[in-house]
Amino acid sequence: MQQLAGATAADQDTLLDIQNLTLSLRDELGWVEVLNNVSFSVKSKEILGVVGESGCGKSMTALSILRLLPLRDSRIGGRIMFGGENLATCSESQMNRIRGRHISMIFQEPMSALDPVFTVGYQIEETLKRHFKLGRKEAAERAVAALDSVGIASPARVAQLYPMNLSGGMRQRVMIAMALVCEPRLLIADEPTTALDVTIQAQIMDLLLGLADRTGTAIMFITHNLGLVAQSCHRMVTMYAGQVVESGPVRDVISGPNHPYTAGLLHSIPDSNRARGTLPSIAGRVPSLRHMPAGCRFGPRCSHSAKPCELPQSIENAGAREVRCNRWGQLELGSVGA
Amino acid sequence: MIGGISSGQAALKVDNLHVSFGNARRGSLIRAVDGVSFSVRKGEIFGVIGESGSGKSTLGRCLVGLLSPSDGGVLHGDIDPFKFSRREMNRHRRKYQIVSQDPNAAFDPRMTILQSVCEPLNIAGEGTRAERREKAFAMLDRVSLSPEMANRYPHEISGGQKQRANIARALMLDPTVIVCDEVVAALDVSIQADMLNLFSRLQEQLGLTYVFISHDLRVVSHISDRVAVMYFGKIVEVGPAHAVMETPLHPYTEALRSAEPEITPAANDAKQRIILQGEIPSALSPPSGCRFHTRCPRVRDMCRTEEPKQRELLPGRHVACHFAEEMLAQSEGRGAGHAGRGTADRGASGTEALT
Repeated sequence: MQQLAGATAADQDTLLDIQNLTLSLRDELGWVEVLNNVSFSVKSKEILGVVGESGCGKSMTALSILRLLPLRDSRIGGRIMFGGENLATCSESQMNRIRGRHISMIFQEPMSALDPVFTVGYQIEETLKRHFKLGRKEAAERAVAALDSVGIASPARVAQLYPMNLSGGMRQRVMIAMALVCEPRLLIADEPTTALDVTIQAQIMDLLLGLADRTGTAIMFITHNLGLVAQSCHRMVTMYAGQVVESGPVRDVISGPNHPYTAGLLHSIPDSNRARGTLPSIAGRVPSLRHMPAGCRFGPRCSHSAKPCELPQSIENAGAREVRCNRWGQLELGSVGA
Repeated sequence: MIGGISSGQAALKVDNLHVSFGNARRGSLIRAVDGVSFSVRKGEIFGVIGESGSGKSTLGRCLVGLLSPSDGGVLHGDIDPFKFSRREMNRHRRKYQIVSQDPNAAFDPRMTILQSVCEPLNIAGEGTRAERREKAFAMLDRVSLSPEMANRYPHEISGGQKQRANIARALMLDPTVIVCDEVVAALDVSIQADMLNLFSRLQEQLGLTYVFISHDLRVVSHISDRVAVMYFGKIVEVGPAHAVMETPLHPYTEALRSAEPEITPAANDAKQRIILQGEIPSALSPPSGCRFHTRCPRVRDMCRTEEPKQRELLPGRHVACHFAEEMLAQSEGRGAGHAGRGTADRGASGTEALT
């Protein structure tokens, strides 16, 4: 399941299609735009990586898809097409039927995503009972089976435990069991392994990809770990300051990034094969939402910045790849490991 | 005895260090650090790698005297800091600083960055108020923080900037040794690169000695001269950073190395991945024999009963595994540089190499 099936994935139908998604949130200072014209799609059975620094809008995109944002203080524009419906305008009761059943989500911090006062078995049953007509006994059996499928050694016993009794890796396994128990078509995994050790991370990734492969679930995998994306995803999307700046098949993007930001992220990873010395880094930081630069949002941090970058950027097509940079054709960005 | 091998002056000498918590009679004794020996030369960057629960942070805290050893000891140069009275210790401690992981927890939210950075000097009672401020601004400049940041509160600056201020504060008392405990773990990759550059630069400018603790192999191997790999309170492997990463001689190092995702898809395809089963065992009931045997893909009967001795296999490389010679022969057979191998071939070829 570690094999990348880039060619076949491209032929499959589109599961989730996000078109010009715009999100504004309100705080005490008023409305502020968080996402700006985000467009990308997830094909069925595809594993899509979404990368970017904190504050780039990765998690906000995920929360918009599931409409988990406060109703009064958020405004969603554009279209989020899933199964013939526009999730951006769906009623709340329709969303309730979709959440957990057709689209589910795994969060970064499993401790805060699990309820401390219920057993983990009960929490999985709850998901099942919400979407299927199941008796208590049947639901309990399926919950135990779900725990078994995520490689928990004595699932019947663990089902009786509370989240505090479990280690971080075990909690994340429980989260995965819960997210996949209804065999959703899309799983949004928001930094699922960031809080875990590297050996546990390998276990969890292996499990997640194996299960997705078996159930035919597509994964939208949000992370800042480009190594994980390279290892497990078919396609990737780079986000910066609330916009998609680059997308394309993982292999192509990593071996030849078109956007200076993607290239910067790739080069700033320490590489044990490279001699010790100064690491190339991206100067500055993600601009604050209320002070977005005019024109290219990456402009102030871009080492290739030149005059045309002052113009607002639009996505340009390059075959299967997209890039939001006016000068991508002229830039020599270089790949990693070359 | 790893202490013996290093040439030059040692900044830190750790000899058979044990740090335990809890009570043996109540059965709650946890040996967080259990017999660790190494030495760090002056001006060296010594990396410590391990998972959570391996005892690396306890080791770090003990190195700067925040925890007392339950057995064995730490020498700061030729001085045993644990023989000091409290007052002497507080004075001595100034030269041995620690920078912790979470910059958000490291600052008092009610103090400005300048106040926080000045605080070590206030406590030490050095200089006049103006001199302290001057030094604080100099240190903020060293860590590339603009002077405007000085009068801000911690919530007004970013995580990366806070971590810079954290380092500036650690530098205020002109330390000789800094223990960096997961200093870049909470940061984004681009900022992480910035911070690693900063650490290297400060080391060159000020001649500092670092003990760099991290769970991130890339980070540790990038910055360190030598690395120690810890598992369950013990050092399983020590050696020059590059050599340990290229040809691991302990199955745990090998597994850590292979669990780390490669960036280029080609390298990912070429690599055989070892996925360790299970998690680090409970600290209350450590496994018998080799502590890694419950998860080791190369485990044999001997590992369950006998604890491996640490020995020097190659110059400067110490390993604690019964079958390290075998791994060495395997890696030499494959040609150096192709580390990471599955469990399938732990049979015939290895046994021949042993005899």
